[in-house]
Amino acid sequence: MSFMKLTASSLAIAAVSATSAAARDNVQVAGSSTVLPYASIVAEAFGENFDFPTPVVESGGSSAGLKRFCEGVGENTIDIANASRAIREKEIVACAEAGVTDIIEVRIGYDGIVFASQIDGPEYTAFTQSDLFNALAPKVMVDGELVDNPHTKWSDFNADLPDAEILAFIPGTKHGTREVFEENVIAVGCEETGAHDAMIAGGMSEDEAEDACLAVIGDGRSVDIDGDYTETLARIDANSNGIGVFGLAFYENNTDKLKVATMAGVEPSTESISTGEYPVSRPLFFYIKAAHIGVIPGLKEFAEFFVADEIAGPDGPLAEYGLVSDPALADTQMMISDEQTMTN
Amino acid sequence: MTDTTVTPVSAKPAKSILEIDARTKKRNAAEKRFKAYGIAAICVGLFFLVALLWAIIQNGTPAFTQTYVTLDVELLEEKLDKTGERDIEAIKKVSTFGYKPLIQNALVDATEGMETEIEDKNLAKLLSDSAAAQIRDYVIANPDQIGETVEFTVLASSRVDGYLKGRVTREDLARDKNLSPDHLDLIDQMVEDGSVERIFNWAFITGADASEKRPESAGIGVSMIGSFFMMLVVLILALPIGVAASIYLEEFAPQNRFTDLIEVNISNLAAVPSIVFGILGLAVFIQFAHLPQSAPIVGGLTLTLMTLPTIVISTRASLKAVPPSIRDAALGVGASKMQTVFHHVLPLAMPGILTGTIIGLAQALGETAPLLLIGMVGFIASNYPEGVASGFLDPNSAMPAQIYEWAKRADPAYYERAWGGIIVLLVFLLTMNIIAIILRRRFERRW
Repeated sequence: MSFMKLTASSLAIAAVSATSAAARDNVQVAGSSTVLPYASIVAEAFGENFDFPTPVVESGGSSAGLKRFCEGVGENTIDIANASRAIREKEIVACAEAGVTDIIEVRIGYDGIVFASQIDGPEYTAFTQSDLFNALAPKVMVDGELVDNPHTKWSDFNADLPDAEILAFIPGTKHGTREVFEENVIAVGCEETGAHDAMIAGGMSEDEAEDACLAVIGDGRSVDIDGDYTETLARIDANSNGIGVFGLAFYENNTDKLKVATMAGVEPSTESISTGEYPVSRPLFFYIKAAHIGVIPGLKEFAEFFVADEIAGPDGPLAEYGLVSDPALADTQMMISDEQTMTN
Repeated sequence: MTDTTVTPVSAKPAKSILEIDARTKKRNAAEKRFKAYGIAAICVGLFFLVALLWAIIQNGTPAFTQTYVTLDVELLEEKLDKTGERDIEAIKKVSTFGYKPLIQNALVDATEGMETEIEDKNLAKLLSDSAAAQIRDYVIANPDQIGETVEFTVLASSRVDGYLKGRVTREDLARDKNLSPDHLDLIDQMVEDGSVERIFNWAFITGADASEKRPESAGIGVSMIGSFFMMLVVLILALPIGVAASIYLEEFAPQNRFTDLIEVNISNLAAVPSIVFGILGLAVFIQFAHLPQSAPIVGGLTLTLMTLPTIVISTRASLKAVPPSIRDAALGVGASKMQTVFHHVLPLAMPGILTGTIIGLAQALGETAPLLLIGMVGFIASNYPEGVASGFLDPNSAMPAQIYEWAKRADPAYYERAWGGIIVLLVFLLTMNIIAIILRRRFERRW
């Protein structure tokens, strides 16, 4: 039957072209979903301004991206991994075992993490780390003693806060944002309220107390969100008492639905984050496989373009979208043009 | 024996079919109740269908129109080609950032005489970032136009578009840093002036996905191509394999334990959740066979696995529906078994087979779960494939994955596009189902 022949031949063509597809002419990027919008903005501008094809950008999370990055060297592996945290020691080791020894680390800027609530909801306009610790930690200080958290309303421990049920939507443990929240908010509150010292006085070692300070209560006062910020936004929309954890860029795109709270008296903004005044922020990175430079056309140009002043600078499109530009951008540009790899 | 013992012939029978007794009443009431339940069930179903369609159409139709601004841009020679030699390489050196001043000048000219307090440098916020790229592409294609004033129709920014669609209000913008209420006052004047208008958005249907900074230029076209290539793979593989397998099982295979086992497994496969096929696809096609990630060929192969049982089951049902007398007659006049099947049984079963195939394809077209695992979600579909081979092998998205991706993004303008994408997807599914119905109606034979 001619139909059978047609099928067979088209299968054969597909098989042949699969093997010939090895020569890749576009840059491939994967990793953090926080970095994804920035990377896709740069990829789009890169495609417009250069003769190279638009780089292919995928998300999947920092860890997943770095795992694919460390699979090895070659055209069937990705060239750049985006990450919302620095690469870990054991990931560097895993990379080295697979032959990925030369990695260029690029810090593209900072991302602010903000606390926002429904625009018509209670007056959550000013928080301190101690407030969030008192609301969300399993053990808190009451009258100088470490007790199981008795607070159900914000006004229970701070008369300036609204008389509303405690309900916080925080990122789930698989998110890099959760780590920043625990370390820059809960742990700081733990120190400030004196709970940390009380734990040590109660017989814990320094390390144990530090771990205990990162714990978050989970009995309905805080809800882990494993999805992305759109899910947190939907929860906030449905609960006027809720406060949610968002990225600065997400908040700035939804100012019609959300109002932001200050942290320790500092309003989150690109300015206050770049000066370091606003305490809850983290650096964003991407990692380049140095062995692919010169093999994959456009890789170095893309990396240079990413950190160029007109893109990642304070007036560039990334800053407009919500990235806090890195004051040390010039050093980063230098590092890429010198192809300076990480030293272990 | 007395008279009294004689039972009189009763004038009134114990039961009459004309009179309804309690038991019959009860049965009739039960029947009425059941009918009412049925009607209520249909009404609930209809209500949800209408509510769903209403929500989709209400939210999705705005995606099909888009706001454009008409501008006269003076292509200044001193900005675009300093040497004046029209050397294309030198012209290409001017990046899109170099075109921003030209756009700003054009906007200042266009709004001359209008009342506004916006500073000149903030005027460009009215326009999409894609405007600079559009003008740059034009200049590179027509270097001889440098120095002239050319009329361009460029996209307005997503917030301006949202304002004209009623999605964005002045109150919303009070704390927005991308656009101010003053911009909206200016837009009102430009609408009167005729330089800003909303027109049908072909770019949404044919265009590529865009980054989060310019939702106004995002389209579903590239992921539509991705879906098309996936469906091609499914059709080329699933139809012949599925039909061959079912013909063999139905017409030739001996009835024994082994074929029974195969039959049971095929029926079970049809009930396997689609995410399982995704995991299988990831393990076999990407990790073992090293096919490229996010490529439509992998998506197609994975969906083929999912569609095969559907096709096998519907093909076997339609082969069974062909009366045995046809086979007997063909065999009786001396046809071989194979001639019987291919000349008589298969043509009669064809409408059923095609219907099953189309419904299987429609199911595969709307499937997202397996695609999650092979990297077709969370991917920016911004490049058109360059040819057939690149269509199969270059990373791409698919329509349902694209919709999911848009629904996740921060800018509310993407939300509207996600609903618009649903409308496009539904139109495709509806078309495929209508084709299936027409085929069945036209070729169906009754015995």
